[in-house]
Amino acid sequence: MATLGPSAFSPYPVAVYESVLNPPPGKALLINEIVDEEIAMREAAKAMLTRPNPTIFPGPQVLYAWNEEAKEKAKLVRKMAEVLNAKIIPMYDYRPKYPKINPAVEINPNHPNLTIWHNKIKACIFVGVHCHYANVALKIIRAETDCFTIAMCGMAGHEDAMITLRDQHVEEMEKFIKIAEEVKRELGK
Amino acid sequence: MSYKIYEINEEFLDVMPQEIKDLQFRATWGNPKRGVMDLPYSKELIEEHSLCAGCPESMALRYILASLPNPEDTIIVNSTGCTSLVFPHIALHTVHSLFGNQNAVASGIKRVLEWRFPDKVKDVVVLAGDGATVDIGLDCTLQSFFRQEKITTICFDNEVYANTGGQESGLTVKGHVFKMAPKGKQWDKVPFWQIAIDSGCHYVARLTVSSPKKVETVIKKAIYVAREVGPTYVHLYTPCILEIGLNSDDGLDEMRQRDKERFAFFEYMTPQAQEVIERKKEEGLL
Repeated sequence: MATLGPSAFSPYPVAVYESVLNPPPGKALLINEIVDEEIAMREAAKAMLTRPNPTIFPGPQVLYAWNEEAKEKAKLVRKMAEVLNAKIIPMYDYRPKYPKINPAVEINPNHPNLTIWHNKIKACIFVGVHCHYANVALKIIRAETDCFTIAMCGMAGHEDAMITLRDQHVEEMEKFIKIAEEVKRELGK
Repeated sequence: MSYKIYEINEEFLDVMPQEIKDLQFRATWGNPKRGVMDLPYSKELIEEHSLCAGCPESMALRYILASLPNPEDTIIVNSTGCTSLVFPHIALHTVHSLFGNQNAVASGIKRVLEWRFPDKVKDVVVLAGDGATVDIGLDCTLQSFFRQEKITTICFDNEVYANTGGQESGLTVKGHVFKMAPKGKQWDKVPFWQIAIDSGCHYVARLTVSSPKKVETVIKKAIYVAREVGPTYVHLYTPCILEIGLNSDDGLDEMRQRDKERFAFFEYMTPQAQEVIERKKEEGLL
């Protein structure tokens, strides 16, 4: 069990207490550094390709075909999983699940650590999760697990992720896949 | 909103749990003739709930959610009480208001939806307990009736403040004793269905939830009338089996007994409401 850290029960991201803030537009966050997007994407791909049980957690914004962009993103997430040899575990909604979740096949933002623990996931990508629930889940994962978290956010990013890629849309996702393919070749995977 | 938000991208069909796929493939979205008869065959909008075993309120919720004619475009506003424990589990848009202001919140939502989506039918339904509807929220409830807001108000009357330990409410029957009302209630039960009529509701019904089909008909009538004419009110008896000392399997019998007395089926409608109901019957929707 985790011990209560300095941020206690604060509603704010834990990283904020360590002076880690979201990156400005055009940049990305790598642990606690603001770096160029390409560098962060390269590190993200490396983490996914080298750590055990890499997993992508797609959220409702890409899981459901509610607009054309979502349909396009779904294809890209699938391709991303292929390139990174990653498993896909969906975060299909945010309702607290009773009596309990099945951590082998689903992840819930209210206790994402259960899925991480169960599958021994050491690197993951959040994509298409609405920001407020991504914040909750990433905060819990940061506090309770040793999983390397990567947030692909369509908006301003998430401090609590180890790598934050902000303003990620179809074009940026394609760019990430290209970089991941390069890194994969370099690593000889 | 559209029921397309439940359409899963085909890339993910293999990783989605069956219960979520069922929301797309075995659901009743987009079918205004959906009803309680679909319950055994279709995906429900509520499955697991966090109410007590055998709670009649859970039955009421199941029947109501199965009866909504337009669930993909329905917003439910609820209030503090046992019902608020359930709403996180249902596959619909819900808004949890402060204790008692649910009809004010619903009025705002309805007006904004009418302005934002003038070409779409959006139903706003208030689901609240007797404390929220008649005691703490009496002002907001009545004012929404006076203003002729086009919303449906459903009151789950369990005749007591149940989840706070058993205090008497305005809808408690005179003489009833509860844990926190040891002397028994001194005053009569508020006849809120009558007040709703006097306050301008166009369709009012009082019943228990012992008959699923009857609940379905009443809910559909109330929603169709609210959509076109004005406020409607449904008063449902959903006894708290714990607070009145019954077992889990006694809820249905309790309601059947009350069907013959103070919750005998009662229905009121204005001529405008009757016209809507007749038309919907002709269209085969009732």
